[in-house]
Parts: sequence; C-alpha cells; structure tokens
Amino acid sequence: MGKTVTEKILSDKSGKKVEAGEIVEASVDYVMVNDVTGPAAFDEFESLCVPLLRDKVILIPDHYVPNKDVASAKQAMKMRDFARKHDVANYFEVGSGGVCHQLMIEEGFAAPGRLIVGADSHTCSYGALGAFSTGIGSTEAATVFARGVLWFKVPESMRFTVDGELGKHVMGKDIILTIIGDIGVEGALYRSMEVEGGTISSLSLSDRITIANMGIEAGAKTCIIPPDNKVDDYLTGRTRGRYVPVFADADAEYVDSRRYDASEIVPVVAKPHLPENVAPASEVGVDIDQAYLGSCTNGRIEDFRVAAAIMKGRKVHRGVRMIVVPATKRVMEQAIEEGLVKIFMDAGAFVSGPTCGACLGGYMGILAPGEKCVSSTNRNFVGRMGDKDSEVYLASPAVVAASAVTGRIVDPSEVTG
Amino acid sequence: MKDHLKGRIWRFGDNVDTDQMIPAEYLVTMDGGELAKHVFAKARPGMSEKIMQGDIVVAGRNFGCGSSREHAPRALLGAGVTCVVAESFARIFFRNAINIGLPVIEASVDAAEGETIAVDLKAGRIVVEKSGKQYEFKSYPPFVMMLVEKGGLMAYTKEMLQCRRSQ
Repeated sequence: MGKTVTEKILSDKSGKKVEAGEIVEASVDYVMVNDVTGPAAFDEFESLCVPLLRDKVILIPDHYVPNKDVASAKQAMKMRDFARKHDVANYFEVGSGGVCHQLMIEEGFAAPGRLIVGADSHTCSYGALGAFSTGIGSTEAATVFARGVLWFKVPESMRFTVDGELGKHVMGKDIILTIIGDIGVEGALYRSMEVEGGTISSLSLSDRITIANMGIEAGAKTCIIPPDNKVDDYLTGRTRGRYVPVFADADAEYVDSRRYDASEIVPVVAKPHLPENVAPASEVGVDIDQAYLGSCTNGRIEDFRVAAAIMKGRKVHRGVRMIVVPATKRVMEQAIEEGLVKIFMDAGAFVSGPTCGACLGGYMGILAPGEKCVSSTNRNFVGRMGDKDSEVYLASPAVVAASAVTGRIVDPSEVTG
Repeated sequence: MKDHLKGRIWRFGDNVDTDQMIPAEYLVTMDGGELAKHVFAKARPGMSEKIMQGDIVVAGRNFGCGSSREHAPRALLGAGVTCVVAESFARIFFRNAINIGLPVIEASVDAAEGETIAVDLKAGRIVVEKSGKQYEFKSYPPFVMMLVEKGGLMAYTKEMLQCRRSQ
C-alpha cells in the first residue's frame, strides 16, 4: 500500500514507517510562536531544565504590535526579553517583520518535506510549499523549545483534485471557500487535506498559500499541495538549509477523494457566522460598512495587485471604510514601489503597516454593533472582528475591492464589466 | 486528576469556536482566573458571573474550532469547569485541554442546561441524574492516557528530560 504525503513526512521525522491512526513522536524542524501565544510558552519553558533549542525557535510579534495597549505592550516586551535572554536570532522586531505566516514563508523557514509547528492555528499555511505544518498550543510549543519533538496522531488524508480553467476574477480563496462550503467546517476534522490537480499547478504560490491557510477552517490538521518548480524558484536564494520534496504515492490510500471542475467555481462569499456558509458573491448583495484587505490569508502582493486593478481610478463608496494591511514589510515595500498603495489611498482607503490587528478583532478596524464587513481574512465567527452583533463576510481580494467600490457585496465583474 | 466528576451543565450547540470562549481582546494575560472573567463574554453575556466550580460543559460537534489559543481551555479551567463533553472536538483544542489537565470526552449526551451529570473517567461512563440515562465513552489511546495520568505534557516532558522536581 502506498503512502500519503502526510504519512511520508511523519515517517521521515519519526524515524520509522508510520501509517494513519498511529501516535508518534516526531522531530520538528521549526517551532514558531507569536506575541499572544508566546508568553505562556516562555513561562512553561523556564520550568524545564535544558537550554533552548534556539536554532529551531522563531519568535514573531504580530497580533498586537505595534502595541495596542499596556497589557499587549507587556506581552511584546516578554517576547523581546526572552529572545535576548536566550540569544534567539530569529526574532522579528516591529519594523522588520509582519504577519507570522507570510514571514515564515518569506524568510525561507517553510520548505517542502519539513515538519513545522506553530502556536497559531493558521500554521497550516506552509502546506502550500509541501511542508507538513500544523497549529499547536503554547504548552506544546514550550516542550518543543526544549526537546525538539512533539507527539502527533498520524491523520488520515482526504484528496481534493481541481482541474480545468478558472474564470475571470476567481482566486484561490474561491477554491478553498467552495471546498469548505462543500465539506463543512468539520469536514476534514482530525484529517490531512491534500489539494492537487491542473488548476492548482497553474495557481501562483500566493493563491496556493490562501488555500493551505484555510485548511484549518475545515478542521484539517494540515493542508498540503504538491511542491513544483514554482516552489523551487521561490525558495532559490531564500530557503534556510536543504530540503527534500515529498510526494504521495500513486496508490496512497485516502478516506475521501473529491474532484472539482474549476470552470464551475465562481467568486464566492462565506456569510456569517461560519466559513462554510458559502454563496456566490453575485447573490449576496449586502450593504457594507467596512472592507478589509489583508491578513495571512490574503495580504500578499499578488492580492494587492488584483485589488488595485479593480480600484484604480475608482473611489471607495461613500459610507464605507476600506482598510488595507500588507502582511509584511516586504509586501508593503513592494506595494509602494508598484504604486499600489497610491491607488488604494487615492481611492480613499486607509493603509497601515503590517499587523494581525483587526482580523481577529484586536484593533485597527473593530466593528460596532450591527456593522458589516467584507473581509479577505479567514474567520467570520460571532464577534470575530468586533461587537457580537457585527458581521463578517469572507471573500477574495477581488470581491473585497469590488464591494468597497459599490458599497455592497458584489461579484467583481459588476465593477469591471 | 479526579476520576469521578459531578456537576451542573452548561449546554452548547455545534461549532463553538475559541473566539467565543475567550474573545481576542482579552488575550493579554494567561492567568486562568483573569481569563475566566471574560469566559463566553460575547456568546453568553453574564455567564462568567454564574458559572461555578465543578460545572461541566456539554456541547455538540466540533467544539473548540478556530484559533489555537490555549487561553480558551485555561479560561474554562479558571472558571471552575472540570470537564467538557462534546460529540467531537477540534483537534488543537483537544490537545491543549489534555496538555493542561482539562478532561475532554467524546460523547453525545442528551441533557438540558442546568441538569446534573456524573462522569466516571476511569470507567468511561456518564450518567444524567434526572433522566437516569447512561452513556459510555471510549478511553483515550494509550499514549494520550499516559499523558493524562502523568498530569499533562509538561510533567511528561520533565520526566523525559529528567528534570529534578525542584526545577
């Protein structure tokens, strides 16, 4: 019987041949924590009796930095102090970093065949480069800081094959939302997703990251896309250390296999309050108060180019606030160089530096009772971006930009013709 | 960890996410008691004042989906919750709970909010006091049971690293 990518990577990292259902301790390549999940990990680690495995540890303040208040300032300080005390080279200060998952990819930590854990649920993003990566808790992170290993139940895998040509304005976000709408928010619970096919191969790495990023919204442990030359090209001169791509065997066993025809996928929106409440953007028509473009899901330069192309020469609709947040410093620099920031600002958008900020209802764009936001982020839970009576509609950068211009949620073709 | 738990239940439905358990704006401390002041602040306003030591949460499918925040099980523990029973759990929440010593049990229990249930962790049995209905649940896989018996992941890690107790 052949092996899935998941079984192969966990076999490699545990030093024995494993199959779905087994529990193994596996060697972790990198462990990342942020300013919200890090402090508890630091406290727990200090109660252990060994030195920090500093080369495996990555510290990224992103959720509440620049500090939103005194309490968050203390958390950021705790991370800074921990980095200094243990001489952690991979600490990314405000002004040099950004949203953790995009930074983990830009900085070359994520690569094919690696096993990466992070105390943030969207750590599954690195599956876009063929890594097995998954979200963990703070206590787990502390034990990886000390031992470099963690226990994993080898998950069963589901395969999603997408073939055919995508229509105009259809993005990776629409593919993953369509899949989540199909299988539900617990459709991949305890399982690994493997997403492949001709459509996926033709996608940019950015769109693939969006897909892997949202695997967790279907409950998946990880969401892996077979790495190809686009991944190799991206990693040239960027990756840290060597990597060995891993692919599923042709006769690997999947608990579920699904096929999608790309030409049938349309721009969609996930309506409140679950990512599975998916409907075509053209049928939503809800008036919005805010449009948010950013996050680890859709805060990359490719996302900004799509949104800017729609907004160029147009204005944000009267009564709508548009907030644009590049995922990292590098994305921001590039957006400035390419004139995208000017397009957004000319349209009347507010552009900030990188932060997780409003995506999780932290700050910099919180919603008042009854307000509605169309957002390129990943969660639309009750109160996710603000008051419990506010609403979040998840969509692609194209839908966010078009909706910002029209003042209500629309298919981008309504704006571009 | 106590084997026999008995408590009044708080009833929840499917897909209860960790944002609901502890909204993001309160993620500025890891202190269970402090977090407990805001437990389910948006989903069940006022719950933090009514919840008592020994209470049990009973829910539907996919409990704890969303964010990996360990603040969520810590807030429940801080509020006095001794156990969560749900039809299924989101995996990160499940691991976090086990790792910090909050028992999580997969079972579909028919009982209304405010009723009392008794949970026998060793025997794998739940009894609803009023109706007398009984439910069996599967024990954890051996590795997970070992973690639970040792008192969580930190205790196990200290043993593996041969850290002395004083450390």
